[in-house]
Amino acid sequence: MAMFEGLSEKLQATFKRLRGKGKLTEADVNEAMREVRVALLEADVNFKVVKDLISRIKERAVGQQVLESLTPGQQVVKIVHEEMINLMGGLESKIQIASKPPTVIMLVGLQGAGKTTHGAKLANLLKKQGKRPLLAACDIYRPAAIKQLEVLGEQIKVPVFSLGQISPVKIAADSLEHARKNGNDILIIDTAGRLHINEELMEELVSIREKVQPNEILLVVDAMTGQDAVNVAEAFHNQLGLDGVILSKLDGDTRGGAALSVKAVTGCPIKFSGVGEKIDALEVFHPDRMASRILGMGDVLTLIEKAQQNFDEKKARELEEKIRKQELTLEDFLDQIKQLRSMGPLSSVLEMMPGMGKQLKDVQIDENEFNRAEAIIYSMTPEERRKPLIIKDSRKKRIAKGSGTTIQDVGRLLKQYEQTKKLMKQLSGFPGVGGSGNKGGTKKGKKGKKSGPAKKSLFKLPFPF
Amino acid sequence: MAGIFNKLKEKLEKTRQGFVDKVESVFTGAHRIDEDLYEELEEVLIQSDIGVTTSFELVTLLRKSVKERKISDPLMLQEVLKEHINALLGEESPLYISPDSLSVYLVVGVNGVGKTTTIGKLAKNLQLQGKNVLLAAGDTFRAAAIEQLEIWGDRAGVEVIKQTEGADPAAVAYDALRAAKSRKVDILIVDTAGRLHNKVNLMKELSKIKKVIQREVPEAPHEVLLVLDATTGQNAIQQVKLFQEAADVTGIILTKLDGTAKGGVILGIQGEARVPVKLIGIGEGINDLKPFNPAEFANALFAESEEE
Ligand SMILES: Nc1nc2c(ncn2[C@@H]2O[C@H](COP(=O)(O)OP(=O)(O)OP(=O)(O)O)[C@@H](O)[C@H]2O)c(=O)[nH]1
Ligand SMILES: [Mg+2]
Repeated sequence: MAMFEGLSEKLQATFKRLRGKGKLTEADVNEAMREVRVALLEADVNFKVVKDLISRIKERAVGQQVLESLTPGQQVVKIVHEEMINLMGGLESKIQIASKPPTVIMLVGLQGAGKTTHGAKLANLLKKQGKRPLLAACDIYRPAAIKQLEVLGEQIKVPVFSLGQISPVKIAADSLEHARKNGNDILIIDTAGRLHINEELMEELVSIREKVQPNEILLVVDAMTGQDAVNVAEAFHNQLGLDGVILSKLDGDTRGGAALSVKAVTGCPIKFSGVGEKIDALEVFHPDRMASRILGMGDVLTLIEKAQQNFDEKKARELEEKIRKQELTLEDFLDQIKQLRSMGPLSSVLEMMPGMGKQLKDVQIDENEFNRAEAIIYSMTPEERRKPLIIKDSRKKRIAKGSGTTIQDVGRLLKQYEQTKKLMKQLSGFPGVGGSGNKGGTKKGKKGKKSGPAKKSLFKLPFPF
Repeated sequence: MAGIFNKLKEKLEKTRQGFVDKVESVFTGAHRIDEDLYEELEEVLIQSDIGVTTSFELVTLLRKSVKERKISDPLMLQEVLKEHINALLGEESPLYISPDSLSVYLVVGVNGVGKTTTIGKLAKNLQLQGKNVLLAAGDTFRAAAIEQLEIWGDRAGVEVIKQTEGADPAAVAYDALRAAKSRKVDILIVDTAGRLHNKVNLMKELSKIKKVIQREVPEAPHEVLLVLDATTGQNAIQQVKLFQEAADVTGIILTKLDGTAKGGVILGIQGEARVPVKLIGIGEGINDLKPFNPAEFANALFAESEEE
């Protein structure tokens, strides 16, 4: 893992001696490609897919003028990133809705990939969009699979069609009939997990397909799948003709290189990703974010998007002003805590930060710590919040009492505040995020490229730990 | 040796692009041991999920052996490579069974790897060895997980201790331990909900289950078995590390080896964490569970194309 934790940093080192030079030479690019290759392989991108990708990137990169604002390392990462997005299909895709209902969606895949759960998640999503889905229980093999679908259906108030353990082809056909009669405009067929080399069971899927003519056959692939993803996807695609892919279990810490592999061998778009066990943990797939993730650059875009939703621009600008003038008060500190928290559970915010994955393990984020911090600041007088230096022992005692914390807690908060102030001073000393990129490392540079003022500020947020 | 080996071969026969064929073709296609050969070999290893680092290491070891033993025939390389893989995998490691008192196994892993199925198979297997087995339905989270285990209990002819969906899994484990003790059971196997290793709270829950078991029977759980899906790539290494931290894994069960994935990542795991693989799953049937034999595993990687 650690080995590509910072691909961009590594490339940065490779290109150090190159800084300021004009063009990327073949030798430079070859050297960089060695790192890129290892990063992609460690991320479980299939070996052959990596080969193809690398040769395409090489072709593009050699001879390219290094942009003013980027270092050569950043430039290469940018090209790699772009090529990966190209490969995964630039835009997000949706479910094709049949002109004549019901729209039939069939879920297929290996054992344990997450078909049943995703059938229910999809039904839930479509129901929220005003559809009337029906789920069909065609996994007659795995013990209690039908029951599982029924329980999930119950939870989301979507009817489940089941006929017990009879031929799945018949269940599918009858469920279609049932959907038509009952005005269900979506039919989602859950099938049993099977190996792509099991001829008999693959044949069964073909029969179901012929009977119900699905509008969408979606392959559910576990995001943690290794090199074999290409064999699986290829086999399912060749025998069934897939329309799309759902990438499950992306809430894990896998790089998810299988996404690239599967797309490369089937040409089918990845339409959704599963990001949790909860029924609403289904997201539209974003190739750009996936590319960042595979490269170990963190889910920068998701973070930026969340920040945009929640970050008050005016306040952000004011804050920047204050940082510049070094007037950060505890009131601002409180504001920041609130804004940060409004982005969701801190752990998930941090997970999206590039390079944070590794640190996160050691830093147990204690949300209570923030509750405490808020309580402490609320217990201060406005004057104390603006001039924390006046807080000496007796005031500390009062604040601790008022906030239900201890004097040590108050002391620690003040220390964190001081550290934050220092940190911000340092950060504001940077030549503008994403500017010359001399000092800030590639991450800041990359983010800065795409972001306006509000986004920039986000990355100056202090973390009081 | 024949049993598992034949079964593996049988299951593998359907796929012609196996690792084996590829390695074989590397060796037989080459006339000389040269850089190209090593490079090609490395590629083949990587493609079986052995991982970049471990593949590099294996090839480095191979180079060294070639030099030391003055090997010049490419066909000899296979045996040498097998040797190194073997050494990495270590000795065969059977499940611990207490000779005179209750043994407790806690089965853990990420979602969908085959925990419940494996427990069903294992219960049957132990039952056949004349053991008195009890199961605990510790997955109180996933819909119909309890029913699933009950069906496996029926198939294996063993009882299942359960509570309702949503109950505290530690409480289920506690109940089951009490029952196991009073019924003089030989082996208690505790199922748990699938959980991704990076979910701190769920991992804490696992530690708690383990503690509750420990409080009841100080030397238990005798085995904490991490189930890994052979199709998993490099993330399996992370899984082992974090489950290890939360629950002191004592052994790995590698499932779904009947597919085309080779489970090569377990070699990478040995390089990092040294947890023995104890059992393998080679199908969905109740008898599709076999002891892991390192030599056979290494052999199976290469062997079947020998007679082609
Ligand atoms: N082909 C094959 N399939 C297997 C093997 N072991 C388990 N499975 C299948 O994998 C799927 C998931 O197995 P489960 O036992 O439900 O997995 P689990 O880890 O208990 O899953 P959760 O409790 O949902 O996390 C089922 O369809 C099993 O039949 C194996 O060795 N080979
Ligand atoms: Mg289970």
